[in-house]
Amino acid sequence: MSIQQLFTTPLRVVNVGIETFKDVCEQYAPPAIQVDWSPPVDVSPAAEACLAKNAAKIDTANQKVMEIILSGTPHLIGLDIARNVIPGMTDDTILHAGPPVTWDRMCGPMRGGVMAGLVYEGRASSIDEAETLAASGTIHYAPCHEHGTVGPMAGIVTPSMPVWILKNEAYGNLAYCTLNEGLGKVLRYGAFGDEVTRRLKWMETTLYPILKAAVAHTGPIDLKNMIAQALHMGDEVHNRNRAGTSLLYRAIAPAILATCEDKDDAIAVLEFINNNDHFFLNLSMPACKATLDAARDIKGSSIALVMARNGTDFGIQLAGTGDVWFTAPADVPDALYFAGFSKDDANPDIGDSAITETGGLGGFAIAAAPAIVQFVGGVAADALRYTHQMYEITAGESRMYQIPSLDFRGTPTGIDVRKVVDRNRVPVIDTGVAHKTAGVGQVGAGLVNAPMAPFAQAYEALAKLLKR
Amino acid sequence: MKTLGRIKQGFYFDSVTLMRLGRELSGTTGVSEASVVMATEANKSILDMSGLLLPEFKKTSDQDLLIVVKAKDAATAKTALDKAEELMARKKKPAATDGDAPPAPRDIPSAVAALPGANLALISVAGRYAAREARKALDAGLHVMLFSDNVSIEDEITLKKLAHKHDRLVMGPDCGTCIINGVPLAFANVVPKGPIGIVGASGTGTQEVACIIANEGSGISQAIGTGGRDIKDAVGGITFLDAMQALADDPNTEVIVLVAKPPEPKVLKKIYTLIRKTSKPVLALMLGEGGSPATLEQAAHLAVAQVKGTDPVKAMERLERRNAILKKEADQIVARRKKAKGRYLRGLFSGGTFCTEAQIVLDGILRHMTSNAPLKGVKKLKNAWTFEKNALVDLGEDEFTVGRAHPMIDFTLRRQMILDEAAKPDTAVILLDVVLGHGANPTPAVELVPVIKKAARQVFVVAGVTGTIGDPQNRAQVVEALRAAGAYVQLSNVAACTLAGYLAATVARKNR
Repeated sequence: MSIQQLFTTPLRVVNVGIETFKDVCEQYAPPAIQVDWSPPVDVSPAAEACLAKNAAKIDTANQKVMEIILSGTPHLIGLDIARNVIPGMTDDTILHAGPPVTWDRMCGPMRGGVMAGLVYEGRASSIDEAETLAASGTIHYAPCHEHGTVGPMAGIVTPSMPVWILKNEAYGNLAYCTLNEGLGKVLRYGAFGDEVTRRLKWMETTLYPILKAAVAHTGPIDLKNMIAQALHMGDEVHNRNRAGTSLLYRAIAPAILATCEDKDDAIAVLEFINNNDHFFLNLSMPACKATLDAARDIKGSSIALVMARNGTDFGIQLAGTGDVWFTAPADVPDALYFAGFSKDDANPDIGDSAITETGGLGGFAIAAAPAIVQFVGGVAADALRYTHQMYEITAGESRMYQIPSLDFRGTPTGIDVRKVVDRNRVPVIDTGVAHKTAGVGQVGAGLVNAPMAPFAQAYEALAKLLKR
Repeated sequence: MKTLGRIKQGFYFDSVTLMRLGRELSGTTGVSEASVVMATEANKSILDMSGLLLPEFKKTSDQDLLIVVKAKDAATAKTALDKAEELMARKKKPAATDGDAPPAPRDIPSAVAALPGANLALISVAGRYAAREARKALDAGLHVMLFSDNVSIEDEITLKKLAHKHDRLVMGPDCGTCIINGVPLAFANVVPKGPIGIVGASGTGTQEVACIIANEGSGISQAIGTGGRDIKDAVGGITFLDAMQALADDPNTEVIVLVAKPPEPKVLKKIYTLIRKTSKPVLALMLGEGGSPATLEQAAHLAVAQVKGTDPVKAMERLERRNAILKKEADQIVARRKKAKGRYLRGLFSGGTFCTEAQIVLDGILRHMTSNAPLKGVKKLKNAWTFEKNALVDLGEDEFTVGRAHPMIDFTLRRQMILDEAAKPDTAVILLDVVLGHGANPTPAVELVPVIKKAARQVFVVAGVTGTIGDPQNRAQVVEALRAAGAYVQLSNVAACTLAGYLAATVARKNR
């Protein structure tokens, strides 16, 4: 608008800074708007200039990425044993959540998970023996994410564990995830001992074959559809999976009855699923992983494809920066702690489950699951606010996952690192909290903000690649 | 005494809000000092000077917020800290029922998306971030008013060139006042719409001219601030010239008033070239250059005479007569007092242009003038904090404003100075400017009356009030309160300076 046009048009002011200035504009020329400003993230002026200059190029790359993410169609196609299907899985490999981490830097619950895994595999007969082996250098540790896999909390995957196999039918890529053990003393929270081992063995010998036969019977199950329904039923499929679990139960219970000859085993399996509200989490996570992985390596894109934590570091990967991890120390979540526990007991944020937020679910879709905000003593309106805030840092909206209370608006999807930095707004993640000591288990649940540093690093790295 | 502090992450508030928070805490019973600041190096050094920089504050960064309280005991300090957190939380958290409304936008592009028809960005964030925001505003198609100071001249030039290319305005940096389409922006008075357009490279100067125009019964079409540096050759007067041209083209503007300290030669030449090309009357006030108009007041009266078709010579004669009356009044005031100490005038200005104008007005009345912002022929103060002889001090200069809100908002420093100067044996008169309008301190009388009462027992206090009857502070009440406290109040800076000058001269003669 030219200066003369300005003189003849009602003044509409965007106020950045001292708020009383806006109040005056509002009085004389309503409406005016206040920018909820805070000092920008500390990135280099060179990177800022580079990303501004290449804005059109990045937008084009992001459009490509978003098309792939939004049109992904994750299906559950079967189950198998990890060593048979996960690429690069060897007998000495243990996969873990988050970015790479060595044994000496691993947090308590992850160490506990590793030791429990070694006992379960029969590689050690006691926890002490397992600890010695874990530290010996024999074991090869690698992030789940680098093997097409995701794992909640410690995310430990050992070679004998059964895994779900998912296929993104639109793009042909696969993703894997272990089966959810339930709550209480469980490996993913770093618990070990006979109870843990016994359950894992039962899962391998009873649960796995029965589910495998049932899924073979039903044929591929459309998880995108199931997640969309779960959102309409009050889940955000990260911290609340009650609806998703129920929907899965409805889909496979008849198949279990049709394929399982031992009635007692069938009952045990159905009871196991029925008693674990989080059973569906280990499907919503790989569903996001399969969807996002299809968009890897698209030059120039500033969209995040991974957010993951190993209990020590928080790491992200971008579509436009290949396999590089950008990491910073993980924060301790602000959470509702179970009776007898406090923030002092909590381990820093852990798990691959932030893949749900990366895929536009979890904390990003929390408006669909207002029950969750009670974890942090919030009210239903807080849930809406969190989701609204996430629209500010995302490149698009899901065509399939919708939020009823926002008039079925698509969930905010595709974290654009430029918006995270420019708007100084980090993703909100909706998560469980592990005790910092191995073996204790879950001590709370709540919401945590991603740290800004990995996003700032990714921003700089993308600029460097674009300059080349 | 116990000093306790807290470091908060993820909070950001503007300096005015923080100042109010700090003041609210300081007013708590048992609390002697309190401060709430962002942990910038500048702010930390100020805390350090006042002994409030706790060891744990040292390794904080710009993005952290520091709260520190000095109180009679630890329990009181803790209560005050809790109160601060509660106030901040309340400020930060929107009402619960706002949940289904989209959140406030985090940056200019999202604000523009949320406000259809947005056409101007008013930017007042800390200087080092301001250019970045201005750039975003220009990229989003907005005109820009840049209130922030401490923007580099390189950034200023880049921004203005970009704006010029798109036929848009960048008003500022360091632009305190604008009135666009009748809307007062930042520090601006409530002025009726009218046929006079102003281009101002000095903020308080523009406010004074606009107020006097309003007080004389006319009004403003547009008042466009440019920032003081615009008229340096390096910047080339980009905004000043574009604004002049815009007013020349604007059908609602009949007369153009230019308000500036003398521009650098190349810019001045361009301005005069443009004046010659313009068919509308242009009144160019180059403060300190002499000529006519020579003062803000004269410029305003000449502009009003022009649009009303009255005789400008008569208007000037009226001002002369008024000055003569003030001189007589000064004699009578001094005569009425049995004892008057000292011999010098101390002018404590919150508006920089008033400090300049004072030097022009007092040139024929007083000798031995000093200033921290001297015109030619006035001695520069060796130390801005140590006033000598007839000292005219601009409290808006950097040496007084680092880590403080502008003296038009925050009166703390000036209140102290009024008391200190009144007590000095050589002070005879204290001269103040009191700027009303939006943005300025909302309760100047409440702030000034207690100190004026004390000072008026020792010296003569003169106050020039810049404002209109429409201003939110209620001018009549302010004037009444200041008079009741013992101040001599005038409604223009020239009148106030004239009276104060004659008072000082008379007292000095008497005490010779």
